[in-house]
Amino acid sequence: MSLISVEVEALLYLFAAVCFIMALKGLSSPKSARRGNLIGALGALVGIATVFLAEELRNVGWILLVIGVGTLISVPASRMVKMTQMPQLVALFNGVGGGAAAIVALLELRAADTPGFLIAVAFTIFIGSISFSGSVITFAKLQEMMTTRPVIFAGQRYVMIILSVLALAGAVLVVLDGNLVIATLLLVVGLVMGLLLVLPVGGADVPIVISLLNAMTGLAVAASGLVLGNTLLLVGGTLVGASGTILTRAMASAMGRSVNNIIFGAFKGGSTAGSTEVSDRPVKSGSAEDVAILLGYAQKVIVVPGYGLAVAQAQHTMYELAKALEAKGIEVVFGIHPVAGRMPGHMNVLLAEANVPYEVLQEMDEVNPQFKTADVCLVVGANDVVNPSAKTTPGSPIYGMPILDAGDAKQVVFLKRSMRPGFAGIENELLYEPNTTLLFGDAKETLSKVLSAVKAL
Amino acid sequence: MDSINILTFFVLAVFVGFEVVSKVSSTLHTPLMSGANAIHGIILVGAIIVAGHAESAGILILALLAVLMATVNLVGGFVVTDRMLEMFSGKKKASEGAQK
Repeated sequence: MSLISVEVEALLYLFAAVCFIMALKGLSSPKSARRGNLIGALGALVGIATVFLAEELRNVGWILLVIGVGTLISVPASRMVKMTQMPQLVALFNGVGGGAAAIVALLELRAADTPGFLIAVAFTIFIGSISFSGSVITFAKLQEMMTTRPVIFAGQRYVMIILSVLALAGAVLVVLDGNLVIATLLLVVGLVMGLLLVLPVGGADVPIVISLLNAMTGLAVAASGLVLGNTLLLVGGTLVGASGTILTRAMASAMGRSVNNIIFGAFKGGSTAGSTEVSDRPVKSGSAEDVAILLGYAQKVIVVPGYGLAVAQAQHTMYELAKALEAKGIEVVFGIHPVAGRMPGHMNVLLAEANVPYEVLQEMDEVNPQFKTADVCLVVGANDVVNPSAKTTPGSPIYGMPILDAGDAKQVVFLKRSMRPGFAGIENELLYEPNTTLLFGDAKETLSKVLSAVKAL
Repeated sequence: MDSINILTFFVLAVFVGFEVVSKVSSTLHTPLMSGANAIHGIILVGAIIVAGHAESAGILILALLAVLMATVNLVGGFVVTDRMLEMFSGKKKASEGAQK
């Protein structure tokens, strides 16, 4: 016996759905973003409470226990994860959501009777399992548990075509027959396809793939709402599916990529070849003192921070160096590439963590014309975002991605751990230019050396 | 729910989803993705329904697995998004402090 009437249930779900819309709206603007997220959480809470009140449920004790366990796992994980590792956590959360949708659909197969419901079941199983395995691979790539370079094997395209045919045939059989064994096979095919879809994607494109998988999970959730006849799942999932699609396209265009190229580019072969080999071409390396002199006698310095800065947790030291230079009357500007870090906007989050004021952070379009007037461009732990091959080499995996024109500055200083290429796995010509100086070492260590040398000037 | 109602809901939600995020700066792409990610954790509602109707131990175990995964998605998603955005607002306070 349910505790509330069908009408009250529908109204509460409507309230929750409105919360989700307000949440997405709020998240689109910096001022209201945090409130938006909390409104979304409120909507989810109302939705969960409603389902307990409205449905006649068995096993309530078990369900509450498992929800408790899930909360105990996820809250510390999200509170303690380093901000540099946040993208892979989001990927993982997305994956388990997709997996949950696939399981729900599989278990609802027996209850589904009309063709419409069966189509929704097949869709959810397939898309949910793609999202699950795809997200696990993106997690492994971002965590650098496996190579970040595209993984391609001969005949991959044919395997994909065969799998697609199998999936389609499986889906048709599920719709005609409602057979649980075939539905399970469909799940397995989905898992394998998710794997094969993400493996050929190069490291730099992984964020876009997370966003795409996010949108796919949204659609899977929407379809499961259809299966269960639940409006909240339908509306919530559709909202994420639609907004996720827009977001994926926005991200791709910020990187000068097309979504089709990212997903299918590697299958065409050739273009995504990269190298992880350390080159032995001569470079000019300097000491911390040399760099301090270059910086100390400049009038304008542009700092280009990258993921390496964040990994070394050198944001604070970087900001202190900037303040020391400003105290000498030197103009210091931070040039932030839209995809600096591992995700669009990631670097802004990382620098905000170090209390770097918003005013000195300039976006790519603002900062690019300033390089010509800058005396020194200090590139800290970044590589691909200043790689001129994005403009000059049509075969390069990052060709077409807008870059920061660091090479226009009179002097370029790279703080790097080693000559290893960046996340996209390609050589950077800028390192070999005559006006480029390299300073090897951990970003935090070298920055504090440069800092004390600047203070001693 | 009859199919025409479902279609109505679906089409309207697609338009709302397109509309609400059409003008977002690249700075907010990461939190927005993370927030949207948390919202699809609402599949927890579906997992609860399936677990609550489970008749055999096997089905219950699978359904509880879905409940666990969905909870991690939903709760973790909102918490990590809040943490990201906390830094944005912290930044605002810091720059206000600098102006004083």
